[in-house]
Amino acid sequence: MDDALKAQLEAERRGRKQLEAAAQARNDGSADAAPALGEIKYDTDIYGSGDKYADYDTSIDVGADHVPQKDRFSITAPRELIEELQSAGDEAEDTFKEIQRMRGINRVIADRESDYHKRRHARQLPGGSDDGVGYAEAMRRVQLENEQAELLDKIKKAQESDRGSEGARGSEADRGGEEQPRRRWDDETPVHPTSGPAKRNRWDQTPADVHVAETPRRSRWDETPRDASGAFGETPRGVGGALGETPKRTRSRWDETPVMVGATAGFGATPARYAGLETPSAREIAANASKQQDGQSAVVDARNMYQTDEELDGLLPSEGYEIVEPPAAYMPIRTPARKLMATPAPMQASEGFHIQEETRHPEIDLPKEVPGVGALPFFKQEDMQFFGKLLDGQNEDDLDTAEKRERQVLRLLLKIKNGAQPMRKAAMRQISERAREFGAAAIFNQVLPLLMAPSLEDQERHLLVKVIDRAMLRLGDLVRPFVHKILVVIEPMLIDEDRYARAEGCEIISNLSKAAGLPAMISTMRPDIDHADEYVRNTTARALSVVASALGVPALLPFLKAVCRSKKSWHARQTGIRVVRQIAILVRSGILPHLRGLVDCIGHGLEDEHQAVRTATALALAALAEAAAPYGIESFDAVLKPLWLGIRKHRSKGLAAFLKAIGFIIPLMDVEYANHYTREVMVILVREFQSPDEYMKNIVLKVVKQCVSTPGVPVQYINDEVLPEYFRNFWVRRMALERRQYYQVVETTVELASKVGGAEIIGRIVLHLKDESAAYRNMVMEAISRIIAGLGALDIEGRLEELLMDGVLYAFQEQAGEGPTVLSGFGVVVNGLGVRAKPYLQQITSALLWRLNNQSPQIRQQAADLVARVAPVMRACGEDELMGRVSTMLYEYLGEEYPEVLGSILGGLKAIVNVIGMADMQPPIGDLLPRLTPILKNRHEKVQENCIDLVGRIADRGAEFVSAREWMRNCFSLLDLLRANKKAIRRAAVNTFGYIAKAIGPQDVLATLLNNLKVQERQNRVCTTVAIAIVAETCAPFTVLPALMNEYRVPELNVQNGVLKSFSFLFEYIGDMGRDYVNAVTPLLEDALVDRDLVHRQQAASVIKHMALGVAGLNNEGPVLHLLNFLWPNIFETSPHSICAVLEAIESCRLCLGPGRIMQYTLQGLFHPARKTREVYWRIYNMMYLASQPALVAFYPRIEDDGANTYRRYELDYVI
Amino acid sequence: MDKFGMHNQTEHMFARYAGTGHADTTRHQWLTSQHRDTLAHYVADDSLAMYIAMAEGESVARVKSGMLQRMRQPCGPPPAKDAA
Repeated sequence: MDDALKAQLEAERRGRKQLEAAAQARNDGSADAAPALGEIKYDTDIYGSGDKYADYDTSIDVGADHVPQKDRFSITAPRELIEELQSAGDEAEDTFKEIQRMRGINRVIADRESDYHKRRHARQLPGGSDDGVGYAEAMRRVQLENEQAELLDKIKKAQESDRGSEGARGSEADRGGEEQPRRRWDDETPVHPTSGPAKRNRWDQTPADVHVAETPRRSRWDETPRDASGAFGETPRGVGGALGETPKRTRSRWDETPVMVGATAGFGATPARYAGLETPSAREIAANASKQQDGQSAVVDARNMYQTDEELDGLLPSEGYEIVEPPAAYMPIRTPARKLMATPAPMQASEGFHIQEETRHPEIDLPKEVPGVGALPFFKQEDMQFFGKLLDGQNEDDLDTAEKRERQVLRLLLKIKNGAQPMRKAAMRQISERAREFGAAAIFNQVLPLLMAPSLEDQERHLLVKVIDRAMLRLGDLVRPFVHKILVVIEPMLIDEDRYARAEGCEIISNLSKAAGLPAMISTMRPDIDHADEYVRNTTARALSVVASALGVPALLPFLKAVCRSKKSWHARQTGIRVVRQIAILVRSGILPHLRGLVDCIGHGLEDEHQAVRTATALALAALAEAAAPYGIESFDAVLKPLWLGIRKHRSKGLAAFLKAIGFIIPLMDVEYANHYTREVMVILVREFQSPDEYMKNIVLKVVKQCVSTPGVPVQYINDEVLPEYFRNFWVRRMALERRQYYQVVETTVELASKVGGAEIIGRIVLHLKDESAAYRNMVMEAISRIIAGLGALDIEGRLEELLMDGVLYAFQEQAGEGPTVLSGFGVVVNGLGVRAKPYLQQITSALLWRLNNQSPQIRQQAADLVARVAPVMRACGEDELMGRVSTMLYEYLGEEYPEVLGSILGGLKAIVNVIGMADMQPPIGDLLPRLTPILKNRHEKVQENCIDLVGRIADRGAEFVSAREWMRNCFSLLDLLRANKKAIRRAAVNTFGYIAKAIGPQDVLATLLNNLKVQERQNRVCTTVAIAIVAETCAPFTVLPALMNEYRVPELNVQNGVLKSFSFLFEYIGDMGRDYVNAVTPLLEDALVDRDLVHRQQAASVIKHMALGVAGLNNEGPVLHLLNFLWPNIFETSPHSICAVLEAIESCRLCLGPGRIMQYTLQGLFHPARKTREVYWRIYNMMYLASQPALVAFYPRIEDDGANTYRRYELDYVI
Repeated sequence: MDKFGMHNQTEHMFARYAGTGHADTTRHQWLTSQHRDTLAHYVADDSLAMYIAMAEGESVARVKSGMLQRMRQPCGPPPAKDAA
């Protein structure tokens, strides 16, 4: 019996080995076999397998994608293409995901990636380590790769031209990118020359494009292939392509099938065959998951499950629907696990029909607990493929060391990825501490595939990247074999949309380059520099720039020079130039020492034969000039001529890049040169004012701004040559609609105004204030208010002034709550006019009063806000009576129910009180304050803040107008405000206590506050202690100290601690005034320092800290030394807060008593037999030593010589 | 053991400066750094150096140079491991 079992086991084992060998053979054999992510091993038998770039998209028209890079990471494609994609997306989206996204649940990175970013999935981890593959070998491979791409490209073009006049677009793709209409030339992404009609093909969908385009568009039904081979045959590319592809296909249940079949065919075996034998091979699931188009998390959630027929019956009405036969060619999915992942059920509002049973059997059971790891918060379906190994229940003792180690790393990774925080931290520490023990292979072979997983989320990526970072730190140059793999995984992070991800990527690559060294980095990246895929080149350029910033620009400069001058391939030149650009962006002014070298390195690119290289060069020069500003013009001498000649030769995209470079270089120039070159370029700029291209518009505006701001350009010239065209083209309604242009136009206009004077510019646009488009009025208002805020309104006179006020009033009355622009603009204009606004005030006030009475709360709020802004002007114009009317009106509206409005009304009142003074206030303060006391209880933040400000103001300046009893009532309301969330409110409240105490004497206020120490809430108590300290400060400490010390006798922990805390704040606030009170509080502190309660001692320590600091040098050493004796035993505290407080207190004592004394204390323990004691004492010694080392020379103990060593410092004994 | 993370940091910071110590600092190390501090102090302070020069009957420059020399091993060679 036993033997039979053994034999069976043996057979199975053999079978598995065969399967593995077969898989290996497939991997080794042909480019067909996609080396799957999960399978990467550090084994030598895999590297050198196949073509590591086999899966790059080879169909991208490389001739067309020479797109220089910019800082933006979005893609912009021709509009029709975008719309197409969008509509395709709408259909493809399933509702469930949509809902998740709406709720902000989805954090899977792959889901929010743009198409360009998705191309990272096409890059694969090279098999094995790169060690075995020689550099020459790698280069050869890439060359082959590129040639292949070129060939494919040619074939494609040939096919296109065969098809003849398919339309203008097809032929444009042939001609190359620069001629493409409306393409943003400096987008990160090449926009794809779409081939043919391109009916919603994903542009990057491989060579298949051509073929698919030829076939007529199919309906969903007939998209199901008749059989597996048919599906396969449809993809002209190798099966490897199946992996990263089809991300955005229109999905439905039916067309999910072909993908599955295709995949299965690709790997040559149905997974079903393995089913019994092993856990689903990682490769299949990987393929499967990436096919899922978005790697949606397939945690099996009830809502996410497959719907049974009964459920569907329950959901759908029985009438009016009929069950359609599936088409004959439809093959149902056989594997249930995939079924689960394939089609998430839509969110169902099924409650009306059917109550779901809770006990639905899950189709696969995901473990909550992994052996050796413990309970995890979650374990996703996707985790199975990486961590499934841990669940196979094998006995660890049977494994060899390498495998055991691998499992250990896996376990740690799982803990880091899925564990709760404490587990994660422990695992992270372990993995970094034992990194050398595990070895680079064990760690990176597991982490890197995980990072490539399509279902990766932000947090997970962050953690895994951290693992890499830590491991790298420990491994040092042992990472070298993995440089390429790490780069493949990390490079995409450099162009992530999230800036933290970018920063993380930078960090890793810079650490990597420090660990691996420059030669290793260069030889790893060299093959990618002229790679056929633009994506690879782009990310490589960024990575190289990070290397340069990590290892120093000079180290990389010779290499860059060679790359930028590459004769062989313009791709290399372009990449080299991009590297320079990225270096400038990264290192900023750090490039200055190497500026000339960098400019020389790329300068020749301006006259390159390839448009893309020329554009990239211009952009790189712009970045260099921007980074170097305001220095370094001499380095650009060599490129000035080609630049200026270039603007005459180029059109559209290329021109924009050249203009951009010029715009950044002109500000560096001397006055005369700037003037000369500005005139040269201005002709072109003025011509391009009319350009319909938005990007060109933005560039032109920017360059105009830069040119105008240089001192050399005369005003007359701008007036005559620039302004008329500028206003004709840019001050039009259309400009207000797009945010970026809006800002650019306003910016440039403000710059122009500072050159030619505000009146000139305002005169040209003031009439637009009455435009019918609200957005345009806003834009005009913003420009005017920024001009007046910057330049004042002195030059605005006569008719223009009238027009301006008229326009502003009109805009104000017409505004429809579109933000604060108009309101603040009004304030700026009125304040700018100052006294000259007097004739308009009557009109403004009546508008205000009318609007305060308006039905719409928004209008009332705007009016009240405006009061706050014009109050100073009204005062300046002597219109006190008008103001009185307004404030009475505001006072009457204090019953307002909308809190936003009430807050604004209070703000208006505050502004009026501020300018008019307490005595002249209408209504009198005595009437106003009692109305405010109940409002203090309002919970709305804006109301609270404005109210407390107003009350504080009154308490500060006009306390005598209000009875003491009213103030006391106010005090009680103020206590509530100490609970406020906003710090400004709490601070204002605390300060108000001080003012009130000053006004009515501290006794009553103090009694209220001391009572408040008994409350439970901590924040409230803390604020109370601060208030007590402030009261003590404003009314002199002696008025408060007796009551406070008396309060310490209350046998209640909170109260005593509160008292101590008050002392701490008090001594902090009163500083050297504290010298008179040290003796008084010493007994109390003594008591606190020997209390059993830790917090007592901690607070007492912080009191001593502030006290000793305050009285340093004021002859109070006696009591401080006395307190130090009580303080010293606390140095062994371990709680972070208390030890901190104690050490800080010792520091202050050192200041007060001198380091010699503290030194005497430390000498007792520096060589104590107990290590823990020594540690603490050395810490104090170090602290003291760093702070006052020279002073210690006189205090070191006298130590006798000892055998061979002389320890005596005999010079100290010299007496003359 | 480290319950307070901040000490990790402070200790790290302390360790960057010469003359600071830790629980495993030996008596000889400690005294050597004391002597170096003292000598540096004499050399940096002209009047002190002058005072010592007068006491020793040497020129100031010679005294200063001698002190700089002494700073290499102010207390003599470190004692053998087992002795410490």
